[in-house]
Amino acid sequence: MSVGVLITCGVLLTAAAILAMSRVERGPSMLDRIVAIDVMVAAIIGCLAILSAWSGRVDLVPVLMVLALVGFVGSVTLARFAAAEPDEERRILTPEEIAEADAKVRAELEEES
Amino acid sequence: MNVSDIAMVASSVLLVLGSLLTLIAAIGVTRFPDLLARMHAATKPQVLGLVLMMAGLALALGTSQVTWKLTLVVLFQLITAPVSAHMVGRAGYRTGKVRSDLLVVDELTDDLRAAREEADR
Amino acid sequence: MRAGGPRTWLEKFPMVLWLTALWVLFWGELSLANVLVGVLIGLFVMTVMPMPRIGFEGRVSVIGTAILLGKFAVDVAMASVQVAGQALRFGRDPHGAVIRVPLRGHSDLFLTLTAVLCSLVPGSIIVEAHRLSGTLYVHILDVPTVGGVEKAKADVLAQERRVLYALATDADIAEAGLPPRPWKRSRGNRPNAASAVDNGRPTDGEGTVTR
Repeated sequence: MSVGVLITCGVLLTAAAILAMSRVERGPSMLDRIVAIDVMVAAIIGCLAILSAWSGRVDLVPVLMVLALVGFVGSVTLARFAAAEPDEERRILTPEEIAEADAKVRAELEEES
Repeated sequence: MNVSDIAMVASSVLLVLGSLLTLIAAIGVTRFPDLLARMHAATKPQVLGLVLMMAGLALALGTSQVTWKLTLVVLFQLITAPVSAHMVGRAGYRTGKVRSDLLVVDELTDDLRAAREEADR
Repeated sequence: MRAGGPRTWLEKFPMVLWLTALWVLFWGELSLANVLVGVLIGLFVMTVMPMPRIGFEGRVSVIGTAILLGKFAVDVAMASVQVAGQALRFGRDPHGAVIRVPLRGHSDLFLTLTAVLCSLVPGSIIVEAHRLSGTLYVHILDVPTVGGVEKAKADVLAQERRVLYALATDADIAEAGLPPRPWKRSRGNRPNAASAVDNGRPTDGEGTVTR
């Protein structure tokens, strides 16, 4: 593996991590953050992979295995907690609100077409 | 150009492609307007990106032991990714994080409303 | 279907085999000691943490599984490119949809498998799965890209058909209202069945097979 490949992959993955981090910061909800963190984990797995390919370190492979196995625990835990939020956020929209939103979307779609 | 050279080039290509997919996913997560759309973007590096990167890594390391372990990495990810995706998607829908105004068709809300009207009667 | 009661050795066997294989792969070396310890740990795990039965009653078809996995790989690759295109098309937000797909099979296992495969393919996420009616609610990232709501529903149903063809018994397939496996049919004595090839569209009742 050449230095060029290492640098290219490194830049791509760093950019990905920074973008994911910006979504973690902006939210707006915990679920958006956890989705962004999933991407972050993917970027970390990628970084470990290129590091391992560059240096030939086989001992990083178990770390990859652990990350792939454990990565979903955080998401599931947070998704469980997402139910315990204020009533205002928990409720599903009322029929009137949905009808209103629906009408709006349909009108917009008709305008577009 | 011998076999190991070809393997090296192939592994480089695969690793770059995987990194690129991760970056595009991050762009999608940053750019898409609502939770579910962001989740679509996030599934991509978890499945195809990971497969590409692990294939690249297997070619670069080139021992069969490691190849088996990397297959396991992909397998674990394929087993666990749908679990978290479903949990997050469902929690998002139930906690009202899904913006119905961005959906063209929303048959789940229709059905929930029908069920609620049924219960009211 | 026998319910409850301790498992027989035969029932435990596949799970122990899988756990042993995992253990050997973790160590990365196929030696007698690894296999023995793996079997012991497998049995220990099965005893301490028994899993509920899922009641798999099916017939694994090699051709069906090959088609399922092959199509899945192609789907993942193509859908990834589509979603990547969506992410890079700035200035245009995707038009998503949540669609209701009533599945035709009647087994929890096939419902789960279909849902898992659908959510692994980028561009579709299972938002809700209603077990009693066997209904999946699928979120589609961008309706125009996949070619309309009906096409998206047909895709999910086609996925289910491949799952059934890979793993279900002939009786289950017929009960779901699907024609029998195409590669079986050519050998069988059903002269007019070839015309009824289901191309994944939900045609209620039309695809039913007289047994």
